[in-house]
Amino acid sequence: MSELILSIQDLQVNYGGIEAVKGISFDVPEGEIVTLIGANGAGKSSTLRAISGLVKPKSGKILFKGEDITGKNPTEIVSRGITLVPEGRRIFPDLTVKENLRVGAYLRKDDLTEDLEWVYNLFPRLREREWQEGGTLSGGEQQMLAVGRALMSRPKVMMMDEPSLGLAPLIVREIFRIIEEVNKKGVTILLIEQNANMALKTAHMGYVMETGRITLSGPGKELLVNESVKAAYLGT
Amino acid sequence: MGKKLQAAVPAEKKIGNLIAVVLIAALYVLLYLLDNVLPVNSTTTMLIPVLQKGAIYALVCVSMNLLNGFTGLFSLGQAGFMLIGAYSYAIFAIPAEQHEAVYQYFEGGAIQFSIPQVLGNVLGESGGAFLGAIICLMIGGVVAAVFAALIGIPVLRLKSDYLAIATLGFAEIIRALFMWNGLGRITNGSNLLRKYTSFANMRFQVGGTVIKLDTIFPFLIAMLGILTIVLLVNSSYGRAFKSIRDDEIAAEAMGINLFKHKMLSFVISSFFAGVGGALLAMFQTTVQANFFRSTMTYEILLIVVIGGIGSISGSCIGAFLYIACSEWWLRFLDSGALPIPFVGGEIPVPFFRDGFRKVVLSVVIMVIVLFFSRGIMGDKELSFSGLIRKIRGKKEAKAAAQAAAGEEDAQ
Repeated sequence: MSELILSIQDLQVNYGGIEAVKGISFDVPEGEIVTLIGANGAGKSSTLRAISGLVKPKSGKILFKGEDITGKNPTEIVSRGITLVPEGRRIFPDLTVKENLRVGAYLRKDDLTEDLEWVYNLFPRLREREWQEGGTLSGGEQQMLAVGRALMSRPKVMMMDEPSLGLAPLIVREIFRIIEEVNKKGVTILLIEQNANMALKTAHMGYVMETGRITLSGPGKELLVNESVKAAYLGT
Repeated sequence: MGKKLQAAVPAEKKIGNLIAVVLIAALYVLLYLLDNVLPVNSTTTMLIPVLQKGAIYALVCVSMNLLNGFTGLFSLGQAGFMLIGAYSYAIFAIPAEQHEAVYQYFEGGAIQFSIPQVLGNVLGESGGAFLGAIICLMIGGVVAAVFAALIGIPVLRLKSDYLAIATLGFAEIIRALFMWNGLGRITNGSNLLRKYTSFANMRFQVGGTVIKLDTIFPFLIAMLGILTIVLLVNSSYGRAFKSIRDDEIAAEAMGINLFKHKMLSFVISSFFAGVGGALLAMFQTTVQANFFRSTMTYEILLIVVIGGIGSISGSCIGAFLYIACSEWWLRFLDSGALPIPFVGGEIPVPFFRDGFRKVVLSVVIMVIVLFFSRGIMGDKELSFSGLIRKIRGKKEAKAAAQAAAGEEDAQ
């Protein structure tokens, strides 16, 4: 078992009086792909938003490499090496592809040439469209840009919120291939998905969330054949 | 293709920048010739002041565009910050011996020195006037920026329309405050501030020759201000501003501190609004708080919208066009008669009377908004490197088409 890079302990998140996350605990080992699956409103996105500092958790602890980062602001969390690919891509539509990527590296003051080259090699399509405005890209290209933008901060952990949302099956497969490739470069990945089939196939470790709680956990391949998961999320 | 483009861009940029610099220099020379060579008649006496006011408005509009167009903060406090800048400038630039006359209702005022005069003791009168005016302009900008930082703390937490209402309210409160007699020993209450250093003082005697900067002064300051904003917008801070405008949540997820960057944009915008207000005070030679009403903010907003939200060159073009129309070109509509160009004389037109100019101007603006819904420039910039790229692109396309045609012929 490798070292834990993220450890979530009894995390509770409230949204305007509604308990979105009701005390969950899970671990993310370094260098692995971990996925949280679950239906709409299960509290998956709230969990990611709490880890990235966009919302303050009500209680519980978030440990990054053993250090407590609970309630720190997003600037601090990104600079420590945790980055979020937000739900619905949220690229900057009026900035060019290159500018989008450079905003991703905003907190870094060093030379970006190497990283730009790395992202362009991962996504050759982005190199072709370097000078195009982000808003003119297709859905799949925007998702690639969102991933590339997140990678520009040189993250240790990349959290992805529904990367397959609204994309054609062929593009989804491409995105998951890239997730695995990025992971092989040593980036730990925490993935949220409704597309449980794809996510569990890719992930080393999976957690199933239901109405703010974790109800099941296990290696991805095991969950894939678990009867209750099959019935609830895989539709088989 | 991608690599080729990458390699081509810097060279074009260099040529483009060179053309821009040469053109700006040429404009200054032209301005100097206009000012010194042209015969004095009704046209020339209008031209220079209109251009000066246009330059001042261009600076103020670009500063508003930094906030509204590049950071996505809809603020309507511009007139308030201009007022602060204008007053801060004027108060420190009134010569000591004139205080008695200017502050006649307030025992000669509280401040009994003038920065241009203090400097003048060391540098000589004209040197003191020039450096003193620049220092007072800076004071105008800094005081406006300090006010912006103070009200920014509560106000920048508001979103869209609420921010607009709050900043508009701030501008009105500032206007009332500056007219309050309780502050009269500093602000002169609702009376005019006058006799301070203005453009006319910008003349130097070096040896036997007189260097006249009185006409060029506002253009120099406005150009420096706009250039600073252009550099800012193209820096990594500018990218952060634009990303906040495009998507606040995504910008925050990238680690951009929203409040810090909004504050930075607000303070810088207010600084240049303050400098612009101070220049306007110099231009008018007298200043009074009642002049900086919310209508002035709307006028500036109108120019920004007409020029194109998010386009600096659009704001500049819009400012000159708007000022020329409202102050000069459409004036004849108020005069009761239509002048006949080239021949002279005029035809009386009964409905050309006071106020008709504003009717026509409104119609012109409506037409612009209808046909250029994103403003004259949209969010594009007037750039020579872009122009070169376009011409070269057309040539390449033509060459490619000819080559293709040639191949077809050969077949």
